[in-house]
Amino acid sequence: MSTLTIAPAGHTGPSTRSWVPRDRTILLVAPAVIFLLAFFIYPFAYGFVLSFLPNEGGWLANYEKFFSDAFLWRTLIITFQLALPVTILNVGLALPIAFQLRRKTRYQWWVTMFLVIPITLGTVLIAEGMLTYFGPKGWLSQALQLLHIYDGPIRLTHNFAGVVISLVISGFPFCFLLTLSYVTGIDPTLARAAATLGANPWQQFRQIYLPLLAPGLAITFCLAFVQAFSVFPSAVLVGAPSGSTRVISLAAYEAAFEQYDYSMASAVAMIMGFAQLIVVVLVLAARRGFYTGPVTGAKG
Amino acid sequence: MNPNFKELRLAGVSRHFGNPGGQQVAALRELNLTVKRGEFIALLGPSGCGKTTALNCIAGLLPLTAGSISLDDMRIDVLPPEKRGFGMVFQNYALFPHMTVRRNVAFGLTMRRVPAAEMKARVARAFDLVQLGGHEDKLPGQLSGGQQQRVAIARAIVIEPPLLLMDEPLSNLDAKLRLEMRAEIRRIHRELGRSTIYVTHDQDEALSLADRIVVMKDGVVQQVGVPEEVYAQPANLHVARFMGYRNVLDLEVESEQGNRVVANGHGLRLHGIAKQALGGRHVAAAIRPEEITVGTAGENIIEGKVRNAEYGGRDSLIDVVTPSGLVLHARTTQRVALDETVKLTVPPERVLLYPAEDRP
Repeated sequence: MSTLTIAPAGHTGPSTRSWVPRDRTILLVAPAVIFLLAFFIYPFAYGFVLSFLPNEGGWLANYEKFFSDAFLWRTLIITFQLALPVTILNVGLALPIAFQLRRKTRYQWWVTMFLVIPITLGTVLIAEGMLTYFGPKGWLSQALQLLHIYDGPIRLTHNFAGVVISLVISGFPFCFLLTLSYVTGIDPTLARAAATLGANPWQQFRQIYLPLLAPGLAITFCLAFVQAFSVFPSAVLVGAPSGSTRVISLAAYEAAFEQYDYSMASAVAMIMGFAQLIVVVLVLAARRGFYTGPVTGAKG
Repeated sequence: MNPNFKELRLAGVSRHFGNPGGQQVAALRELNLTVKRGEFIALLGPSGCGKTTALNCIAGLLPLTAGSISLDDMRIDVLPPEKRGFGMVFQNYALFPHMTVRRNVAFGLTMRRVPAAEMKARVARAFDLVQLGGHEDKLPGQLSGGQQQRVAIARAIVIEPPLLLMDEPLSNLDAKLRLEMRAEIRRIHRELGRSTIYVTHDQDEALSLADRIVVMKDGVVQQVGVPEEVYAQPANLHVARFMGYRNVLDLEVESEQGNRVVANGHGLRLHGIAKQALGGRHVAAAIRPEEITVGTAGENIIEGKVRNAEYGGRDSLIDVVTPSGLVLHARTTQRVALDETVKLTVPPERVLLYPAEDRP
């Protein structure tokens, strides 16, 4: 932010300390700053302060309650148990598929299109579809029974697996698109050079693509993790909201809209945000261990 | 791959690409070439002539549509690039940006699981050869273009390949560095004693570096020969144009005696030599500007007015307009004034005659 400008020699304006910056184009960020202040900074600060003003007890009472009540602190564990594997799965699936599609081919567009369609569907729509397809009397179950592949009951909804499936369906396209843009940004000549030097396809991937992709994958991981961590609708619709998928956002929801304890709800939200922040900071710290410069073979 | 090979043989090497319209485009047609050990071959041609395609086919980066490539008795066109072991220097260098210069150079040896002590010695030798000591621990992005180019060469030669492939390695350098690196490349080639195939669109580079030049156009080989041959005796009009025969005149044959031909047109009457079967009265005469001199000695005298003169130090490049409006480019060490009427002369053996091109 360089709002500080140095007056050129011979400048005889009325006031050089005017708060209006010399370069007025900087004012273009004003709407964004106002938006950020009004809809993020202020509510966040409000919630932060509110979380220390409990309905009863000392200023840390909400936090003490959260970490002493198993019904509450378990939600944090459950959310991690859900978000971490789902994120690893999404990034892990996106990487090989995006890598295979790195070259422009006739079918690349179609495959990309097909993989990306779920991004246009809302979580609720996905849940609706899953109930008809994966449910105990759903098409999958009926088809498997009809073909006598598996006759037992199939439980892929209203439990942990249901939420995992839902999060993969909605989270994968996002990871895939992001990874695809990182993969296609890497100069394919690098892999060709590695090949002429004796690297087989696996070594080309391991030695060239993977180290160059690592910083991008870290970013993808962070974004996908934050998305999965804040899971709410699918945890209710296709999960077991009072048991195995009682995630932290549900705890916040209950505090706010069932017990009308906004202070407690704010505390839960703060804990949720802090937990996400820890993971993001850890991943970004690890990212610094990798090369993060330009990914082409020569100077521009 | 055997470093003591005798020759690399390309037989009928062709490569077609399917374009978006669905039809097949031949980027390279029936390339036949035998490269002897120790030879420096330049593939020369304008962009899109198929020279890089040929190089990629040899390296194994592109599959052949037809033909075969063999190293002595072993057929290698069926091998993937990592099994061929040819060193390649790419036009954009393709240095691995995340590895230090040392790891870049050692990459080929790492892939071959060369023991650490030997690797160290060989990498050090490669650094010596390209004279790049002291930069081993930098990242490629911290080097200048010329240094990056040296790293690319070091990385390719450290594996001691039987064949070194270079794809316009000097095109990203400035003029001065280009001259220096040209000499370096020739020296490195001599010290290694292996074969080099060098792709370029720069005739000077090809002439100064190569033992033999392969001139290409539209995927077809036009001429293969030693530099003197290609320079002085172009096989056809395409090669002539590409080798700097800037004056191409449309003439009609007046008389023929063996390959000695008298042709006229544009108010000129020139004695020349047919380099190809002329097969008709319409011919094209190709003359280098260097071979037209100001003077009146000899058979071919052309009179005209100086329209433009570019001073070039040792000599000047002048444009002379004949009374019929034809513009001739000539070089002369004499000082001529603008609009001065001069007499030009060119020796008959330097007026090369080819069949006229079909004009659309």
